[in-house]
Amino acid sequence: MPVCSYLAYPARGAKKELAKELSALRYCEVTPSENEEILLLVTDTPDEKEEKALQDTLKNIKSLQSLGMTFGHMDE
Amino acid sequence: MNINRRSFIKSMALKSAVAAAAALFPGISFGAWKEADFPSGMIQWKKTPCRFCGTGCGLLAGISGDRAVAVKGDPNCSVNKGLCCVKGYHSIQILYGKDRFKDALVRKNGKLVKVPVQEALDLVADKMKENIKDHGKDSVAIYGSGQWSIADGYTASKLFKGCIGTNNVEANARLCMASAVTGFMTSFGLDEPMGCYDDIDHADVFITWGNNMAEMHPVLFSRMLANRKSKKHVKIIDFATRTTRSSQASDKSILFRPQTDLAVANAICYEIIKNKWVNWNFVKKHVSFHKGKTNIGYGTQDHFKFKDKAETVDLNKYKAFLQDYTPEKVEKISGVSAKDIKYMASLYGAPDKKVTSFWCMGMNQHTRGTWINNLVYNIHLLVGKISTPGNSPFSLTGQPSACGTVREVGTLTHKLPHGVVMKEKDRKMAAKIWNVPVEKIDPKPTYHTVEMFRALDRGDIRFMWIQVTNPMVTMPNLKRYREGAKKDGRFLVVSEIYPTPTSDVADVVLPSALWIEREGFFGNSERRTQHNEQIVPMPGNTMCNTWQLIEVARRLGFKKQFPWSRETYIEDIWNEYTRFHDSPKHRMAPYKVLKARPGVQWPFVNGMETKWRYNPKYDPAAKGDDFDFYGKPDNRAWIWLRPYEPAAESPDSEYPFWLNTGRVLEHWHTGSMTRRVPILHKAVPASYVEINSDDAANLGITNGSRVKITSRRGSIVMIASIDGRGRPPRGMVFVPFFDEKYLINEVTLDAFCPISKQPDYKKCAVKLERA
Ligand code: SF4
Repeated sequence: MPVCSYLAYPARGAKKELAKELSALRYCEVTPSENEEILLLVTDTPDEKEEKALQDTLKNIKSLQSLGMTFGHMDE
Repeated sequence: MNINRRSFIKSMALKSAVAAAAALFPGISFGAWKEADFPSGMIQWKKTPCRFCGTGCGLLAGISGDRAVAVKGDPNCSVNKGLCCVKGYHSIQILYGKDRFKDALVRKNGKLVKVPVQEALDLVADKMKENIKDHGKDSVAIYGSGQWSIADGYTASKLFKGCIGTNNVEANARLCMASAVTGFMTSFGLDEPMGCYDDIDHADVFITWGNNMAEMHPVLFSRMLANRKSKKHVKIIDFATRTTRSSQASDKSILFRPQTDLAVANAICYEIIKNKWVNWNFVKKHVSFHKGKTNIGYGTQDHFKFKDKAETVDLNKYKAFLQDYTPEKVEKISGVSAKDIKYMASLYGAPDKKVTSFWCMGMNQHTRGTWINNLVYNIHLLVGKISTPGNSPFSLTGQPSACGTVREVGTLTHKLPHGVVMKEKDRKMAAKIWNVPVEKIDPKPTYHTVEMFRALDRGDIRFMWIQVTNPMVTMPNLKRYREGAKKDGRFLVVSEIYPTPTSDVADVVLPSALWIEREGFFGNSERRTQHNEQIVPMPGNTMCNTWQLIEVARRLGFKKQFPWSRETYIEDIWNEYTRFHDSPKHRMAPYKVLKARPGVQWPFVNGMETKWRYNPKYDPAAKGDDFDFYGKPDNRAWIWLRPYEPAAESPDSEYPFWLNTGRVLEHWHTGSMTRRVPILHKAVPASYVEINSDDAANLGITNGSRVKITSRRGSIVMIASIDGRGRPPRGMVFVPFFDEKYLINEVTLDAFCPISKQPDYKKCAVKLERA
């Protein structure tokens, strides 16, 4: 099911906290970026339900200002 | 899914994010699909321009059997050099939406029912004949698109203007590019940019005018960032009305109040003259000064008419005109500090800096769109920074063939493939090439887009054929035009690929072949023509738009004018069309050359592309030793005295907010294609309203809560987005228009630039309430 990658923009001054919060989530892999202001996030969820739940969780993370998708794959 | 394949996909996902981050840019991935060659040698890669934006990236579509299965950026295409944005990467999936129209539909007893395509085409031709007989030739119209392939637009123009004899031909590029065209015509006498994307690699300074390139032209934005990364002194200035992803990645973000870009541009010119940054050699030799009418109105009434009149003036008059635009005075109008205005002027004025200005909808969708285009040219002309590598005032296009099909083929009411209907010489040329009597081509333009839909509402137009566009989402002041389209006695034909609010009101739906399911040509923002062959089969009973038009033309009795065979008609049309542009100023590449390359820039003369026009070093049509602005009768570029005038509707005590509308990276225009691509839909599943956090707090609105937006024309309830990817200043809200569930154009105003007739989607007054 869905594999996506994102640039994760932290809220002001909250990059460390964001890295911690994202790493603690299931199906999420966080990689530091050469560009020190942002983080790279790869998500890999097993099904639609989990994907939706993950999206809802991401929306509620205060230290996350926005996500910019760079890649997405979904098996039909 | 097999674990290895899954880890491969994950590694690609990560690679694309790494590459995007390295370019500091959201939403782009660098050729990571290259490794997707891995599954077997079975994938065949075929070149095509991207289906979406006017950047015109070259793509390679990976084909396995009859199906397109992968996409990568074409490393041989100079536009994108192997890059691609998130829309491009997922573009092939637009072919395979579950609810694709694969059969013709005809409305019977209020319901659209399946019929054979030939029967639907018979009905279309019969209805056209009937209306022409009962109500005259100007009761039938075609409304097309900047996403029309060149052959579609050319065939439509030939049928309607040449054979039927009506100038009721318009295209949605009127809504996005008309001010760019009138800006070019009034300043230079010829349409389309003098420069090319190579300017991006040469410039030292980029100033973007109301242009969120990070989302709208992501690949070009990433080329800008790459230039800045390689040369430390390069600066990007984002001059805009709201803070966006482009602002975040720029060196400086300067916000101005809506409409006041007019005043700021004049203030920059004031400063350039005051500080003696004018390039007098250039100005004396190549520039003349002109004044037009003022207080020119907004076109909100039916039958609105306006014609500008140019008066030549001298430099002193121009200097006197600019006295109203000192940075201090303009600070009060625009909210931009005098210091920032002086800073921008100093960048344009610095003799050792090459400056490129970019703009798109922010300047074009403007009730003074022609004027603001003129004013930015004024800046470049005063300092002589034009038509050389890196010095470029650059108007970007939104759609993949707004230039190729609408501007070059001339699918607007006043235009012909070469010249305008008003000129006898141009009509004679068209009649000769089209094999029709010259009297057939009407010398009077009829309706521009807004007026065309008003005419449909009034009943002056009774039959309209809509191809490749979705006006029942995109027309401003939409309710009036939707109700008009549904009135008794109107007959609407819609050529489409998926159900939309426009096909919902159709009497006939013709199922269209899409993009690489047919052969075609696009023309991008930098005068580049791009060919694609038919790469995958047409599904079901779909038919190419060009062929639909040919079928109907033949039923109307124009077999002689449309004699082509189904095997070669696209090539035959190209060969006929290019006879219109057979001069060094606009010669197009031959079919064979276009077929072989990932795009060729015109003028294409003696086997060479022209990168910078009006400069004899690069342009074979230019004479003399430095510049030759051969588009104007005085061989000069024109500086215009254009004042600041307010917007058609500004916030007041009853409607205290500006409403600004636009696009998002992941969706293409009304979203009829991209909302059917699961991954893009997932990224931005619904539209929303961006509200400034202080305004939201005052109104008790929180992120995700429901907000009612009301204007004098209508209202809509949407979800609030606070401090999301875009942040409007206090007193403004922004709504993306890609989502047909939220028809924001029921709220917008149908005011337009009186010269270009392009509506202003960026400014009207609304109020907000918690819903
Ligand atoms: S930037 Fe435009 S042309 Fe290039 S891939 Fe993206 S949508 Fe397509």
